[in-house]
Amino acid sequence: MTEHQPQHQVASIWMYVGVFLALLVGTWLTVFAAVHDLGILNTPVALAIATVKAALVILFFMHAIHSTRLTWVVIIGSFLWLGVLFVLTFADYLTRLWAIQ
Amino acid sequence: MSDVTPPAGEHAHHPFLQHHFEDLTQQHEASTLGMWMFLSTEILFFGGLFLAYAVYRVSYEAAWAEGAHHQNLLLGTINTAVLISSSLTMALAVYFSQLGRRIATFVTLGLTFIFGSVFLIIKGIEYHAHYVEGLLPGAYFTYHSPLAAKVELFMVFYFSMTGLHALHMVIGAGLLLYFMWRAWRGDFGPEYYSPVEIMGLYWHFIDIVWIFLFAMLYLIGRHH
Repeated sequence: MTEHQPQHQVASIWMYVGVFLALLVGTWLTVFAAVHDLGILNTPVALAIATVKAALVILFFMHAIHSTRLTWVVIIGSFLWLGVLFVLTFADYLTRLWAIQ
Repeated sequence: MSDVTPPAGEHAHHPFLQHHFEDLTQQHEASTLGMWMFLSTEILFFGGLFLAYAVYRVSYEAAWAEGAHHQNLLLGTINTAVLISSSLTMALAVYFSQLGRRIATFVTLGLTFIFGSVFLIIKGIEYHAHYVEGLLPGAYFTYHSPLAAKVELFMVFYFSMTGLHALHMVIGAGLLLYFMWRAWRGDFGPEYYSPVEIMGLYWHFIDIVWIFLFAMLYLIGRHH
């Protein structure tokens, strides 16, 4: 009945190797950036590289790119809530000293 | 799910298709969605720790940088590469299971297990070094510095976050052994590979958590 239908398209093995190499380069890059003084940019650069690496893993290793729209809603929703958690908390903590200054 | 017996000599019903699903495609989509729902809770679970770390990092920036300097950057970088390699072999295990290549699936799952174990061993070596250095928070904390109390707080975050991450890895390693057994038994093929895919989602999630932990605990504040 269902034996003929593949559930997903099978990706190429070279796509996985390519993502793997990109992740290794990203790791090297982030260590390289971390041991050099970039002024106020050190933290943003480290977090940006980590975010790009995470996005590569989610899109290609976790097959999010081929997943259903409902799955996309859950993935995006997760990070949206994480964003709410951070934004509202920092809206409090980063503004507490205003009264004193 | 594995105790469902196939109807004798017929292809009418795949042995791993559960009766409440229309077909294997629907079952696969439901599994994937369910796993992402779980990972959603995991993102917020780790997110709480990340947030607490970030709030104190803003307040105690100097102590956080001092704490980061006590991390072994070489071992941390090697461990990141080890975990990324384990993600590659995990992705390949899903790929081979989709093609129904039984031995290749078994071997790549085994390699993932080995990389995961290497990661945990290196993490153990690091933990031991922290203990020797007197950086274990609590009764054994003997580290001296003007910022010692705040560095101790950094180490509390360090051990909580890497410890929770390591716990996930131990659970993942156990699951890998189970799926190696099922792969060896020949459960997976083009029609049915959802368990390997779901295992992959969990494993890659652990990898993502580490990518951020590495940046937060080893790299930020390193240049000072």
